[in-house]
Amino acid sequence: MKELSLHLLDITQNSVRAEASLIKLIIVESIPDNLLTFSIEDNGKGIPSEMLKGITDPFVTSRSTRRVGLGLSMFEAAAKQCGGNFDVQSQVGVGTSVFASFIHDHIDRVPLGNMADTIVTMVMSFGVVDLLYEHTYNQKVYIFDTREIKEVLEVQSLNEPEILAWIRENVAEGLEEIMEE
Amino acid sequence: MAKSLAELKEIREKKFNEMNLRKGKEGYRVVVGMATCGIAAGARPVMVKLMEEVAEKNLSDVTVAQTGCIGSCRLEPIVEVYNSEGEKVTYVKMTPEKVTKVVDEHLKGGKVVDEYTMTVVDGKVIEPAKKA
Repeated sequence: MKELSLHLLDITQNSVRAEASLIKLIIVESIPDNLLTFSIEDNGKGIPSEMLKGITDPFVTSRSTRRVGLGLSMFEAAAKQCGGNFDVQSQVGVGTSVFASFIHDHIDRVPLGNMADTIVTMVMSFGVVDLLYEHTYNQKVYIFDTREIKEVLEVQSLNEPEILAWIRENVAEGLEEIMEE
Repeated sequence: MAKSLAELKEIREKKFNEMNLRKGKEGYRVVVGMATCGIAAGARPVMVKLMEEVAEKNLSDVTVAQTGCIGSCRLEPIVEVYNSEGEKVTYVKMTPEKVTKVVDEHLKGGKVVDEYTMTVVDGKVIEPAKKA
């Protein structure tokens, strides 16, 4: 993947297919610690323990169109080649958490990429599934919560052009704010 | 959140009227393949462009959503357009530039952009499963 944000888009699609109702995406960037960490946590149906053991093996997949699944394998490879760690935890009936860390200034670390476009694509593709996105940059935090927006607008789905445009700007501006010196 | 809540409420007022307009209209449903293959091939810019075009051209009866792997990973990004009867047209190897043409000719004009579809025989789209 050309951007780390594309891995996030990909991994959250697993949560949608696992029938989650809420997906939590937590990004922590610390320049002093030279660390970039991701955590994607859902309340979907979970992964049976016998499948979880080999979950980052490309030949372990629940997909039916073919017998190869590359999503988690590629995210793990990206983290490990950047001196980071990768872990998947899951409990059937409770949910799944994916954790990945990267050395922030590692030469092989691809950019995080366009988070505004990524979040808006998530919202478009999630249907009724909610997203909590929390991004910390050197102690400053940006929080985006679809439940909050749905409550204010009194709607079930945010997949409307005007709302999506607002979300895209909100994320872009919010991240710019936390990242400015 | 950075952008104001007041602005969001304004959108809400506007949306209420549009929601009423949308009701009863049966338009196109556009889905983008969003499995690993689709995302790696560039599904996100295609989806964002669809969103922009639908907003800009005020296509209030078009919905954009996602689907999983369609089964032809080498042809991703794939966009499927369903009409109100549930008939499907499959566009392959999509790009933001191609999206503009599909929106103008198909979603606005009702005319399939044949050159971007998978295979067309006598005006009918042949699915890969049927070809094989």
